[in-house]
Amino acid sequence: MEKKKLRWLVDTKLLMAIVIIFLFFLFIFVSLFISLLFLSVITFLLLYNFVTKHRKLRDFIGTKTMLSVTIIFVTFFFIMFFFILYKSLFILGNYSLLDILFSSIWNPEYGQFGLFPIIYVTIIVTGIALIIAVPISILSAIYITEYAPRRIRKTIRPFIDVLAGVPSVVYGLCAYLVLVPLVKDVIAPWFGVESTGSCVFTAAITLAIMVFPIIISLCIESFDAIPISLKEASLSVGATKWETVKKVVFRASAPGIISAILLGFGRAFGETIAVSMVIGGIPKIPSSIFGPGQTLASLIVSAYGEMMSVPLYESALMMVTLILFIVVLLFNILGVIVLRRARRRWQF
Amino acid sequence: MAILNRRIIEENIFKILMLASLAVVLGSLVIIVGLVVINGVPALSIEMLTQTPSGKYYLGQGGGGILNAILGSLFLALPATAIAYLIGLAIALYLQRDFLNPWASGFIRFTLDVLWGIPSIIYGVFCFMFMIMLGMRASLLVGIIALTLLEIPIITRYIDEAISMVPSGLKESAYSLGSTKFETATKVIRRQAFPGILAGVLLGLGRGIGDAASILFTAGSPSDIPTSIFDPTAALPTIIFKFYTSSITVVRQRAYAAAFILLMIVLAISIISRLLTRRFRKHVIK
Repeated sequence: MEKKKLRWLVDTKLLMAIVIIFLFFLFIFVSLFISLLFLSVITFLLLYNFVTKHRKLRDFIGTKTMLSVTIIFVTFFFIMFFFILYKSLFILGNYSLLDILFSSIWNPEYGQFGLFPIIYVTIIVTGIALIIAVPISILSAIYITEYAPRRIRKTIRPFIDVLAGVPSVVYGLCAYLVLVPLVKDVIAPWFGVESTGSCVFTAAITLAIMVFPIIISLCIESFDAIPISLKEASLSVGATKWETVKKVVFRASAPGIISAILLGFGRAFGETIAVSMVIGGIPKIPSSIFGPGQTLASLIVSAYGEMMSVPLYESALMMVTLILFIVVLLFNILGVIVLRRARRRWQF
Repeated sequence: MAILNRRIIEENIFKILMLASLAVVLGSLVIIVGLVVINGVPALSIEMLTQTPSGKYYLGQGGGGILNAILGSLFLALPATAIAYLIGLAIALYLQRDFLNPWASGFIRFTLDVLWGIPSIIYGVFCFMFMIMLGMRASLLVGIIALTLLEIPIITRYIDEAISMVPSGLKESAYSLGSTKFETATKVIRRQAFPGILAGVLLGLGRGIGDAASILFTAGSPSDIPTSIFDPTAALPTIIFKFYTSSITVVRQRAYAAAFILLMIVLAISIISRLLTRRFRKHVIK
């Protein structure tokens, strides 16, 4: 009893401290955003000589404006992170982090916030998507850079760019129109499973198609960066083209390929709309990959409507957002670091 | 001889695999475009393009089209791109060595690269929570803010790349004629890098107009055209997401029509970007 009371006290103090810090951040944020807009307007006016004809003064104001916009922008994204962190801390007053991450029932109406099935499905979906996408993308990139004639190569590149630009909601619609019936009527019966078609497998294939362009274009970039003399050396000692690719190109561009996979993982992990259109939306561990599930990002979409009615629900969803944010951030940071190393590798 | 054969067979097997995977990639693009066209074109009509929905259209009663979503998408994406361009231009110009030391600009570039891949739902959630805290309702304004946040890293990084291609001799000659840093940056470098900047801005526009996750909760989905910046507004991606599962054919057709229009806008933006970039490249000093 005594202990419980004490814990409660500590928690209140902690919460109060958080609230004060938060209000501080809020104040900064509001003033920052308003000044950001204001400053960008000033920059715009300065760019077209409306404010003053005094050149030194214009230089001073212009430079400082650009500096402030840059600083505000960088600060802003840290504020965004802390805002989500702050919002998700409320739920930790009632549940421990391990409870949330590893208990397996997600039922907000009854105060059960177990994220395990959702995290599990997210990892499975992303994993299957990458297993499908990585070999296909790397082989296509190899064909485009090493085998295809120059003319074909020039024609294919815009198509890859277009594929990258297709909105995710259109991917979702197409998957719903083609993949869902296909899985329902052909693929699932073939494996002897009954399925509605909106399932983990469908979502994984959709995601695989969505990460093709990002992996392909990053791979092409890193294959192109390899000095041609390396390849020529290998070809001149009698290796076939594929042997050269296998022994020289893959090794020389390994960091580039790894970063492409990492960035592709980040993209697939956070993809929201297309996944939520085809995954079925049931936050339980599916019995097979043809069962419906729910990923972190699609959970946020489907839960938003009812969020305000249940206590702590909002905070639980913020926790989901935070996990999503941190995981994607980590993978992106890793990917970008490896990519930079890869870019530096062949610069002489 | 046997070894040679094995090597050649391996080569051929992998060549076939490569062609097959390329066929999968290009085939999925063809299927996507084909599906959207096949389903979208029959759903199109003059009424669909020029009228706002009327009556209980979501029950299949009442007619009208999706003009509110088409205009809504433009009202959301165009201002967002304009603001993101201004902010992005300021940041990208400031990232040059003349203004900022390489360590700091390296850090900012790193932040931008990382933010590029952040899922748009996070911007959406953030803006939504903020909107609720300030006691606002879903509106055009919040939608624009969410899209701006989404587009800033993309546009900034593109402008930055374009600027880094500008030859330093050009900059030096501007300095030697006595121009200030700010004048050099805005009058010489910005103009020289214009084709790249344009490509970046159009890419940002294409990304912004097609994004659903960030505006789903922040912009709402009413059936009329917003009259002020505080009104909620529908958008093409929202319409698709709302209606694609509807059991009523007439309602589902709205989603197909919206998908068709959206895809055409995105394709048009990418083609225009290519043409304009080529056209403006003529004026660049080599």
